[in-house]
Amino acid sequence: MSATQILFWILSVVALFSAIMVLLSKNPVHSVLWLIAVFFSISGHYILLNAQFLAIVNMIVYAGAIMVLFLFVVMLMNLNKETEPQKNLWLKLAGVVSGGCLLMILVSLIRQASEVTNKQVLLKDGNIGLIKNLGKALFSDYVVPFEISSVLFLSAMIGAVVIGKKN
Amino acid sequence: MTLLTIDWLLVLEKLILIVVIILASLGIALYTTFAERKVAGILQDRPGPNRAGPFGLLQPFADGLKLIMKEEIIPNTSNKILFVLGPALAMTAALMTCAVVPWGDKVEVFGRTVKLQIADINVGILYVFAVVSLGVYGIMIGGWASNNKFSLMAALRGASQAISYELAMGISLIALLMTTGTLQLGEIVKQQQAPGHLWNIAYQPLGFLIFLVCAFAECNRTPFDLPEAENELNFGYHQEYSSMKLGFYLFAEYVNMFISSAIMATLFFGGYDIPFFDEAAHASMGNWLAVLGVISLMIKVVIFIFFFMWVRWTIPRFRYDQLMNLGWKSLLPLALANMLITGAVILWLHK
Repeated sequence: MSATQILFWILSVVALFSAIMVLLSKNPVHSVLWLIAVFFSISGHYILLNAQFLAIVNMIVYAGAIMVLFLFVVMLMNLNKETEPQKNLWLKLAGVVSGGCLLMILVSLIRQASEVTNKQVLLKDGNIGLIKNLGKALFSDYVVPFEISSVLFLSAMIGAVVIGKKN
Repeated sequence: MTLLTIDWLLVLEKLILIVVIILASLGIALYTTFAERKVAGILQDRPGPNRAGPFGLLQPFADGLKLIMKEEIIPNTSNKILFVLGPALAMTAALMTCAVVPWGDKVEVFGRTVKLQIADINVGILYVFAVVSLGVYGIMIGGWASNNKFSLMAALRGASQAISYELAMGISLIALLMTTGTLQLGEIVKQQQAPGHLWNIAYQPLGFLIFLVCAFAECNRTPFDLPEAENELNFGYHQEYSSMKLGFYLFAEYVNMFISSAIMATLFFGGYDIPFFDEAAHASMGNWLAVLGVISLMIKVVIFIFFFMWVRWTIPRFRYDQLMNLGWKSLLPLALANMLITGAVILWLHK
């Protein structure tokens, strides 16, 4: 086994374990912290694929900004077992069935997709993830979708300001 | 010597470098606490600590010993794991940044060329930024796990302050990146070293000013030390902490101060570049040149640390609304304007 492979297995185990712990933890603050661990291990996977920019941005945006806000809200809401609403059994069952359906569709899609099967992953030699190549691709081949998504962000920002102004 | 297709000598070299740099950071932070008290003494016209050892030089060890010897108290109702995790995270986040700072040029040891930098990664500045944004977790987790209203309030204050100032910091860095054209810290220092090229402070004075103010806010230093405002919040987010766990929180602040000084020196003041001295012409000096470079960087860092202290003992603390106004209404627009002007000038120069 090469070092990359060992790292891959360690990171995968950490990612899956943390993801399961997100669901299993009773305390919402613990769930948020496990989710941060998931983001870190996924960043590690990106680094194995030599997508350094993606790895760091995943850390800055998700672990550094969004999860801080999550933690903020969860800490202020003071959620604990007594205030947690008891959910109806049928609702729980429906949740399990719909979640299982989603999982089945995802797995079957990945198994069938011709783009992913029999394809070697570019480990540590691929350059597309480096910031220079990524920037060139974004601002030449994909400039229209890039600008459109910036408009989307702008409208989201204006929406947040409008909601904030109401009170 | 290859096993698992890893160059084990490289691993050993990096391991030694990591241990040396972390120990050096801790040692410098240790003496920064002493320097802080001495500087406070001088500014307030009193001698400062002068009892332990000659000139009080053993004072940091006395302080450390006192902290270690104190009783470890974990509050009964607090979440024990997170309570211990808080200071550990604060310290880890503070030390992680030193991985990308170029402490000096290459040195030759036993025929191996060793770069005095742990990792010259492609996304150096972004890495610094990511680690800075993780520093919030130490404060937030510690404050929440203390199960104390004052601690929680302080933790929320600290987190919102850090988030607000990160924005202006990031945008001021973008302007710097436009002029350098690279994210690699080693490359940025090389550019400033080149003859005929001034230090980045000459090209980005406003960017440096914004970065400096934000660094003060990110380090929770006066005038932005609202998370530990003792007249409003008793003692802030580390109120329930005792012994070395409290020590770690206090110490992390000094490590942060040291590392952010090093980052500022690297980005804006030429890093290990020796002023008015052409390194390329004196390449025959070999290792001594690298040593001189390290000393030059350290002098810059010490000047910055002194500046941090000078400000602390001169300017009173901001009120919370003043802090938010400064961050969102002054620094952020200034940083945006700086970025736009820099971009326009670069476009104009290229034509």
